[in-house]
Amino acid sequence: MTGLNQFGYPEKQGLYDPAYEHDSCGVGFVAHIKGQRSHQIVQDAYVVLKNMEHRGACGCESNTGDGAGIMTALPHEFFAKVAKDELKADLPQPGKFGAGIVFLPQDANERLQCKRVVEQIVAEQGQRLVGWRKVPTESDAADIGPTARQSEPHMEQLIIAAADGVEGDAFERQLYLIRKRATRILREDTSLEQRKLFYVCSLSTKVIIYKGMLRTLQLMAYFPDLRDTDYTTHLAMVHSRFSTNTFPSWDRAQPLRFMSHNGEINTLRGNMNWMRAREGVMKSKLFGDNLDYCFPVMEPDCSDSGGFDNALEFLLMSGRSLQESVMMMIPEAWQKHDTMSESKRAFYEYHSCLMEPWDGPASVVFTDGKYIGAVLDRNGLRPSRYYITHDDRVIMASEVGVLPIEPSNVKEKGRLQPGKMFLVDFEQGKLISDDDLKGEFSARRPYAKWLRSQRIQLSNLRPNKEPHGFNPETLRPRMQAFGYTLETMHFLLQPMIREKRDPVGSMGNDSALACLSDQPRMLYDYFRQLFAQVTNPAIDSIREEIIMSLECYIGPEHNLLETNKEHAQRLLISHPILTNEELAAIKHMKYRGWKAKTIDITFPRAEGETGMLAALDRICAEAEKAIKDGFSLVILSDRAIGHDRVPLSTLLASAGVHHHLVREAKRTRIGIVLETGEAREVHHHCLLVGYGADAINPYLTFEALWQARIEGRLDPYEFSDDEKVVNAYRKAVAKGILKVMGKMGISTLQSYKGAQIFEAVGLKDDVIDRCFTNTASRVQGVDFKVLATEILRRHALGYPERQQDASPSLQNPGEFHWRAEGEKHGWEPNVIADLQVAARTNDADAYWRFATQIDDENRKRYTLRGLLRFKEGVNGDPIPLEEVEPVSEIFKRFCTGAMSFGSISSEAHETLAISMNRLGGKSNTGEGGEDSVRFKPLPNGDSKRSAIKQVASGRFGVTAWYLTNADELQIKISQGAKPGEGGELPGHKVDDYIARIRHSTPGVGLISPPPHHDIYSIEDLAQLIHDLKNANPAARVSVKLVSEVGVGTVAAGVAKAHADHILISGDTGGTGASPLTSIKHAGLPWELGIAETHQTLVMNDLRSRVVLQTDGGMKTGRDVVIGFLLGAEEIGFSTAPLITLGCIMMRKCHLNTCPVGIATQDPILRKKFVGKPEHVVNYLFMVAEDVRRHMAQLGFRTVDELVGRADVLDMSTAIDHWKADGIDLTAILTPAKKPREDVETRCTIKQDHGLELALDNTHLLNLCAPAIDNGYKVRLQLPIINTNRTVGTILSHNLVKKWGEDGLADDTIHIKFSGSAGQSFGAWLARGITLELEGDANDYVAKGLSGGRVAIYPPRTSGFAPEDNIIVGNVCLYGATSGRAFFRGRAAERFCVRNSGAWAVVEGVGDHGCEYMTGGRAIILGPTGRNFAAGMSGGIAYVWAPDRDEFRLNCNLALVDLEDVESDDDIGELLEMIEDHHKFTGSTIAGKMLENWPDVLEEFVKVMPLDYRRVLMERKSHDEEQESTVRAEGPND
Amino acid sequence: MGKPTGFKEHPRRAVPYREPLVRIKDFGEIYTEGDEDHLRTQGARCMDCGVPFCQSSSGCPIDNLIPEWNDLIYTGRWRDALDRLHKTNNFPEFTGRTCPAPCEGACVLGIIDPPVTIKNIENAIIDRGFAEGWVRPHPPKNRTGKKVAIVGSGPAGLAAADQLNKVGHTVTVYERADRIGGLLMYGIPNMKLDKGVVERRLNLLRQEGIKFVTSAHVGKQENFPAGHMTQIMEERGCQVTYIDPNQLLDEHDAVLLATGATKPRDLPIPGRDLKGIHLAMDFLTRNTKSLLDSELADKTYISAKGKRVVVIGGGDTGADCIGTSIRHGCTSVVNFELLDTPPVERAPNNPWPQWPRIFRLDYSHAEAAEKFGQDPRTYAILSKEFSDDGNGSVAGIKTVRIDWSKPGEKAPFTEVPGSEEVFECDLVFLSMGFLGPEQTVSDMLGLEYDTRSNFKAEHGQFTTSVDKVFAAGDCRRGQSLVVWAINEGRGAARAIDKFLMGHSNLPAPG
Repeated sequence: MTGLNQFGYPEKQGLYDPAYEHDSCGVGFVAHIKGQRSHQIVQDAYVVLKNMEHRGACGCESNTGDGAGIMTALPHEFFAKVAKDELKADLPQPGKFGAGIVFLPQDANERLQCKRVVEQIVAEQGQRLVGWRKVPTESDAADIGPTARQSEPHMEQLIIAAADGVEGDAFERQLYLIRKRATRILREDTSLEQRKLFYVCSLSTKVIIYKGMLRTLQLMAYFPDLRDTDYTTHLAMVHSRFSTNTFPSWDRAQPLRFMSHNGEINTLRGNMNWMRAREGVMKSKLFGDNLDYCFPVMEPDCSDSGGFDNALEFLLMSGRSLQESVMMMIPEAWQKHDTMSESKRAFYEYHSCLMEPWDGPASVVFTDGKYIGAVLDRNGLRPSRYYITHDDRVIMASEVGVLPIEPSNVKEKGRLQPGKMFLVDFEQGKLISDDDLKGEFSARRPYAKWLRSQRIQLSNLRPNKEPHGFNPETLRPRMQAFGYTLETMHFLLQPMIREKRDPVGSMGNDSALACLSDQPRMLYDYFRQLFAQVTNPAIDSIREEIIMSLECYIGPEHNLLETNKEHAQRLLISHPILTNEELAAIKHMKYRGWKAKTIDITFPRAEGETGMLAALDRICAEAEKAIKDGFSLVILSDRAIGHDRVPLSTLLASAGVHHHLVREAKRTRIGIVLETGEAREVHHHCLLVGYGADAINPYLTFEALWQARIEGRLDPYEFSDDEKVVNAYRKAVAKGILKVMGKMGISTLQSYKGAQIFEAVGLKDDVIDRCFTNTASRVQGVDFKVLATEILRRHALGYPERQQDASPSLQNPGEFHWRAEGEKHGWEPNVIADLQVAARTNDADAYWRFATQIDDENRKRYTLRGLLRFKEGVNGDPIPLEEVEPVSEIFKRFCTGAMSFGSISSEAHETLAISMNRLGGKSNTGEGGEDSVRFKPLPNGDSKRSAIKQVASGRFGVTAWYLTNADELQIKISQGAKPGEGGELPGHKVDDYIARIRHSTPGVGLISPPPHHDIYSIEDLAQLIHDLKNANPAARVSVKLVSEVGVGTVAAGVAKAHADHILISGDTGGTGASPLTSIKHAGLPWELGIAETHQTLVMNDLRSRVVLQTDGGMKTGRDVVIGFLLGAEEIGFSTAPLITLGCIMMRKCHLNTCPVGIATQDPILRKKFVGKPEHVVNYLFMVAEDVRRHMAQLGFRTVDELVGRADVLDMSTAIDHWKADGIDLTAILTPAKKPREDVETRCTIKQDHGLELALDNTHLLNLCAPAIDNGYKVRLQLPIINTNRTVGTILSHNLVKKWGEDGLADDTIHIKFSGSAGQSFGAWLARGITLELEGDANDYVAKGLSGGRVAIYPPRTSGFAPEDNIIVGNVCLYGATSGRAFFRGRAAERFCVRNSGAWAVVEGVGDHGCEYMTGGRAIILGPTGRNFAAGMSGGIAYVWAPDRDEFRLNCNLALVDLEDVESDDDIGELLEMIEDHHKFTGSTIAGKMLENWPDVLEEFVKVMPLDYRRVLMERKSHDEEQESTVRAEGPND
Repeated sequence: MGKPTGFKEHPRRAVPYREPLVRIKDFGEIYTEGDEDHLRTQGARCMDCGVPFCQSSSGCPIDNLIPEWNDLIYTGRWRDALDRLHKTNNFPEFTGRTCPAPCEGACVLGIIDPPVTIKNIENAIIDRGFAEGWVRPHPPKNRTGKKVAIVGSGPAGLAAADQLNKVGHTVTVYERADRIGGLLMYGIPNMKLDKGVVERRLNLLRQEGIKFVTSAHVGKQENFPAGHMTQIMEERGCQVTYIDPNQLLDEHDAVLLATGATKPRDLPIPGRDLKGIHLAMDFLTRNTKSLLDSELADKTYISAKGKRVVVIGGGDTGADCIGTSIRHGCTSVVNFELLDTPPVERAPNNPWPQWPRIFRLDYSHAEAAEKFGQDPRTYAILSKEFSDDGNGSVAGIKTVRIDWSKPGEKAPFTEVPGSEEVFECDLVFLSMGFLGPEQTVSDMLGLEYDTRSNFKAEHGQFTTSVDKVFAAGDCRRGQSLVVWAINEGRGAARAIDKFLMGHSNLPAPG
């Protein structure tokens, strides 16, 4: 065990940090509504658990799971029995004793000490110890794996009896205090070597948890207690865990004490800080002096779920009900919910004054024994399905079909809807609906009245008398001193208000890292935005705007543990950007005792660098004093800037004050408002809020824009006055902030505030610890002194010491567009010119000029790899070049990056493909699909087929045929230039050809969804990998991630999800169009990402199962060798090959004006393309030779030997840079720690995809052979269960492989299933196959449908009305391109998302139906959820909506019109589909409609995308024109 | 910025010169004024490149912010454009007229289309600036008390003077001619750069406080060769003062040598001593001086009227000799160029963004073609001997054609057998470039030289081997363009400012 701590997680080392582990899982419960206890419930729950095995994961050993567990009611009889038998004790009455399993050290002495401490605390709390019972466990029988066994805790049940007179909740509180106190003391007791093994699973009078680092199948075998028939319960909650690590973690298994969680809390850091801050104002009658024992509420070393459980438990223990606590922590999206009742809104709004939401995808099941309930996050990002039976049982789980139930016994099939709660009250013996539950809670107190009487709105404050605040005479020096540049105006501010969004740019960021730049850079530039990838979904802040909100209450909070009207006395801020008038109103407010204290954040210039820190001390002290003096708000202002006053960075001041007050537990007693000349970009505002600021007045931005207006730089009609400018700016910032929040999967600003979703690059710990506590900063770098120097230098630009040095205009630092005297860039003119000469004329001298310049510049500044040095001799002496493996071997490791056809021209795209095929490397389709013509080789032997087929969130052209024609299938989770966002293709680039390949509408811009809608968690990714493997078993499946802190653990999860290949992209990757904020400020350098990933995978012994690739600004052989040494086996190139083909970094890709015919679809410009495959081949040949030269010098013969040899690198000491002094790359260069000697450090083992178990392989292929081989008809009937996943996909793959793109005649193969189908039923089903299912199905039915037919209807024996019940899960028909689907019943969320050609009928859908649809038909014969047709730009939906007004409210009308169904064509296709639906599913509702046809027709609404209508009209007039031309030219008759 | 599709919509249209047959009747400038609309559409052609090669090392040596002012012209903001222009260029009216525009050679649009008319736009901005009265003197508010002497008032010296004066140093410029400007004044003929334009700028500099001392030969009295500036000045009656450079060094805190590369390359072939054979500079200087002194009435210049002229050497100076001769009324003019005819389009070994070595038609070539019906240039020709008319004057040149595709043993070409010819002529101008700086001043100061006999000083540092002495311009880098002189002057100013003050915020190109 080198460096790994056997007990608990390994310490932080190299780039690995255990804090970044994620987990997710399957969750479910079985309960008897009337509270009847039985052992059967344990048995049933176990079946549920076993059938969700595929949602969990195991690590490097097949018998070590990530965790599984069960929570049941405390089985009193069973306990009475064992207490008597084993402890010789009589237990008190139920309710008068508590019990729970305690994990204890393996070491007997340490164990004894732990028990003694616990016993002492029990005594101190006045309760009585009944005894400790050793929990019987059977590791051998359960076949527990070696890793789990090594860290297996000793388990005992602690039984405590209540003191006399203590009962009910009061006793539960005592048990809570005992647990809290013991945990705090023992887990921090450094004298205990195995202290981290101490863990109290639960301690309760009502429930008990059995769990461990087990696979689902091992649970019952491991705990004989659970098999005892005396063990009875009325409820059983189960959980199967999928962790991104493989480290021992018995305590992280779930259920947790009051809940199980499937999902991820994205805002955890903020939630923890706020909770910590609130502790300062807490008082509790219930706890009295004992309250301190509850702190810290949030325990260290918890997962996000653990943290959530801590908070929930605390709220519960301090007097709130479980339901109310959960509603507070996971509120519905109430802010933009127009149809929500007033009282419910008020309930949520009031509670938003108490606590921010715990935001992120979540399916939470909670119980305290009295109730069991479940809730879904506000956007429905996790599946949760339930059955209610006629015999009063309820079965709820992440999937249906997990427990076989006789169809006739099913009373109701439902699902949890976004934000909705589902509750069983055992005492009342009934189910309580969301409406009733929340109605009751909303009515408990007069929340609306409290809000009306207490809340403060900006409009309440007295109108200000402050002047307008425009001082043009001093504007320029102030702008210069705050770092405004020409680019700020040209690229950011002016476009921002013109377009009302964060402006778009293109290509990658190739300028110097802030910590290596010679320029004085803004503090903001040192921070990179983090983003969701894999383990949680990014949110589409535009299309799913209904769940987003910027509204916040600010100012002092009150005691969280009380509920009274004072809580509502807070200031409501609807937009974080304040106008000058609003700020003035706040500054001078005197309202209900509220007043604001303004604090100057400038310091005297004369004090120089030391002045800055002194000022920070002063500001923090003044803020603290303001609290003492009774102020409600502090305003941090830099208005005092001048020749002699230098402003602190607002970010430093604001974050400094925030963290100071958090540390002092005073932060919630005051609001922080900023009056800043510095903040202007979206990124700035995000950072300020992300580090705790409550509101921002960017006065200088307003002035700069007003000046621009005066100078005629803004449209005089649109911006006819200053207010319009301010409004436009606020709108743009709002959109920008929402997008950044969305990238991290956070939907409310309230939760984003203080959540610190950033990583610092190049800041030293002293800066981080003081102002940005707990932010990752892995390469260290600049300290306060350097920051002060930068501020002073910037200040001197505006206020030079010598008057003569004043510049009459703003600087242009060349940060975006290269400037001769500006910032360094990777692609400087000479570099581009030399590379083009080298590639075009195969001129080695030119290559060396190019490479030397790049390597030298890298070294001097701008990249981390530049700071590295090869250590010669580590691997022996140099060897002759001939002994190094040939270039042909190295080419196999080269790929070109994903650049979509659409983003670049077909000429450029095909040239890349041909060149990579010639070399034996791989080209990548990018996300835009590929014309199938290209799959056939050319007569001269060349091939335009891209070996890598990308599958991105837009699923453009992802058909069975496309997938079949691949050597590698790459799931693009994120992209270096814009991680957390979807690709953008501006409308002017979508010509007819591209629209055809993408199955979309010509002329309509395409923005891919930020998340894959079938990947909201790690187990979803495992499912998609499985799906793709089914769609093409021969292709390796790759997952593309982007470097950020924690990417290593994400990659570990991805490896466990059975990816064959992982690509870690760097932040410098290019783009055809992306917000500049993302290009510049999201993602981290690949050096960090690949090193972290390699280290983490080796530590987890997962490295041997995956091939690693990295990319992002690769140019020379040196870059490639460093990539190998840090852990990559393959390398991707994108920009460099484009440059060889003529790209000159115009950065105009998004404008379609690329003058060299690469990133344009303009036919005239495409003619200017002069690139040839030879150019790319020449270049990569020279790179490969460059690599070989380095290898020879370092003594390596093969790349295999090179992979992961970070020890061959060290940090060059020869760097002479005023900022680079503090940079420390040790973490990158830390060699990966092997857990055992025999652990491999490169890919040597193939993943086991388990395809041999797929129904297609076990049955379908054989049975359908006559059809596949000869086209004969095949008819089959088979049973199906939820563990049969991705059924029909391998069959489809074989079918298209044999019969080609068009498949076979419809219905050649017809398979009838009965039962509950697993996920991805009928994925990429090819034409010729019909799947009929009597039963129900889970998520992703018919995703990617490629011509096949799917029909699903409930069992004939079911008693319920099908149209009222749920039949298929989430995200059905995602990315379907053709085929038909019929569902007799309702679908869950996101039905037909990104459908681009399939026709489907369903009897009702959840939220976000037909989202981003670009083709096909959706016929909805029932209700729709909210946000229907968001982003829909093609195809047609026919919705049966007798109440059209209600439907209109649910419809997102941004891109569609609602019409009557009138034309014959429309009526014909609608009727035909309803007839088919009736025919294939026996739908009664369809039957009734047909009976009442055509009357019922009037009740149908045609949802028509505006763009689609335009295109149809254009096409029609074009056709007519042609027809009339033909007629005019035709012979007269 | 700009108009993204401008380059697709508008073809390149340069602002035309005056009609050749009209303009050769005077020495007035050859240019016409571009109208605003025309320039606006030309500005719209700029693509605002992500990597603007126009200011790369193949492009503008002073990093002119070309995309920025192109955009400002497109949006009609001339005043702002002027500010942008002056940010990097002290004398846009000089470069806007005389620069061969490497920026246009490197223009990215040039890959697919004729490049943007950058030079026209530059010139229009500054001319408009003067016309509108926007260009006004801005004397420094404070003086540092540091004194700097600059030797030579060509573009390098002037640029340095302007920069150093701006930050408050007391600057004195010494010029041996009777007028300030160096090559700008006497090297470039009036039709290419009106001397009023030069004076306009000099007046500004004077008003801003720079001291100019004319007819001041730093160095010592010696036997100057024919055509030497001081020799011409003395011959024309100027009272030249001689100043010891060491004295300058004693009296100033720093001395900048910007003396140019004034040693002409001669053609030592038989007959060189015959009358009627002149160095180009001799011809051009005398012509301009006479023009300025008396509108050519004093007849003190070398007249080509009625003469058959041969100009040897195909560069800019050669072209100026042609233009001047035509204006005098020569009866014929022939121009010899040693090199091959350049290709019409870029050769493979001359890829973008390098300066395109292609066949171009300069103003005087067009004039000659109009007037005499054919291009005056003859390529790949070697002069072997001047022939005597019997009276000690030149009567013709014996030449031979050469073949560059067949390198010889002693030369990179071979003579074509049987291609000997005789070009009859009455006047010959030698414009074959310059060999470096004169070395009297440098010897007196004890300066080191580089391998090409220039003053040894590193670009960026500009310090010579002697303390307090700096060197910039052609005397340091060898014969070059006006715009390079400005580059060096600005760089040297920054170096001197830093030397004097410990640090400098003066901008300087790389």
